[in-house]
Amino acid sequence: MTMSSPTHPQSTAPVCQTVALVRRFGRRRAVAGVDLSIGPGECVALFGPNGAGKTTLLRLLAGLLRPTSGEVRLLGRALKSDAAAERGRVGLISHQSMLYDVLTVSENVAFAARLHGVADVAGATRAAIDRLGLQGRELAPVRALSRGWQQRVSIARAIVHDPALVLLDEPYTGLDVAGARALTQLLRSLRDDGAALALVTHAVDEGLALATHAAIMLEGTIRRYEPTGALDPAAYADEYRRLALESAA
Amino acid sequence: MSHHKPPGTLAVALLIARKDLAIEYRTRSAFFSSLVFSLLGVSIFYMVWDPTAVRPIDMAPGVLWTIFAFAGMLGLHRAFGLELQTRAMDGLLLAPVAREAIFLGKALANLVYVSAVLAITIPAVVLFYNLEFGSGLLILGGIGILAAIGLVTVGTLFSSMTVHTRFAELLLPMLALPFFIPVVVPAAQASAKLLVGGALATVMPWIQVLVAFDLMFGVACVLAFPFTIED
Repeated sequence: MTMSSPTHPQSTAPVCQTVALVRRFGRRRAVAGVDLSIGPGECVALFGPNGAGKTTLLRLLAGLLRPTSGEVRLLGRALKSDAAAERGRVGLISHQSMLYDVLTVSENVAFAARLHGVADVAGATRAAIDRLGLQGRELAPVRALSRGWQQRVSIARAIVHDPALVLLDEPYTGLDVAGARALTQLLRSLRDDGAALALVTHAVDEGLALATHAAIMLEGTIRRYEPTGALDPAAYADEYRRLALESAA
Repeated sequence: MSHHKPPGTLAVALLIARKDLAIEYRTRSAFFSSLVFSLLGVSIFYMVWDPTAVRPIDMAPGVLWTIFAFAGMLGLHRAFGLELQTRAMDGLLLAPVAREAIFLGKALANLVYVSAVLAITIPAVVLFYNLEFGSGLLILGGIGILAAIGLVTVGTLFSSMTVHTRFAELLLPMLALPFFIPVVVPAAQASAKLLVGGALATVMPWIQVLVAFDLMFGVACVLAFPFTIED
């Protein structure tokens, strides 16, 4: 399923690759043999109903879960529990904010920058805050912000170390129209800068607008995978709904 | 996509400890609950104490170190509890740092917190029981630090093990308290000897027990911690 990005034809080595990836929880196979490859400048949108294994797949890609079998390779190296340097090349945005709510916006972002060994912490923090439109809110405690603004801080925290692979689990949750538009622009600029993105979402239109490749995941496996260039969003959404209903039945 | 130089273990431990202490300083939730528990405990023990039956120097060491163990316990659950609310722990685990550094940072913050509680509990016990430590107070402070190190290393490890369970607040004391006995007994015995005017040499065997416990469990807990956070 490896496909080079139209925007980065010179970069063919995948940022992230999975080989026959399986993850079991007890007897249930949450991820049941996924082979996926994401190159630099590519964005894979993963669609699927609840329980399809999308979040488990993202956590496996992040190195937060160990595969039952198979392998995740990040920048050509196997992602194991002791692969600290490889883990540091990943940025994760989940529906949980992963923030400390009594700390301020800039303290949260700077803490993440320091954890990742960013040399210019102040500069990187400033840049991430500006990129997410958080100017003027730097000194506000996170708990004083609305859900949408917290999500922006969460994204700033995830990208402050300039990750090679950005994993997004329902990033549009809680964002208003302006926030969603700003997020799409940001993700597009990350993708165009050469980052690899994996986006889990139920929002087919937003996912297809951003993704270079689309995948439908059902019962732990990828049922469809194709470049988005020639896709008709409405027909794709219908097909996704049909497959999801079939799977539920 | 730049590649940053991962920070060292000590730098990460200090960073995490500083973050945890900043959160505790702003909320003061665990510190105040432990402090109130300590002072109420000392008061209750004082009120039920019959000075005609038991001498203060026989009563005070047991009171001090029992309260210390339970008050310390109140704050230990917080160490990993605050990482759970928003899954901030994932952020720590994604960082290019050794897992052991996370443990050391948590333990260091707990040590500062437990030492602060102890720094108020010791004078309270001295006042309530009208004790005279003299120059032994300095040695008692040293014993307190050694006991606090033992308590937080074991307590921090069990906090990370139990935090994901449904009955974390019940499980943590059930698992940790038996391991506190080798900390509380030597600390209480050494304090009792200091109270009767014993010199440093008389308490040295108990100090050696505390040092041995700290070293043994310090190393064991650091090595065991990565396994407690595996999925």
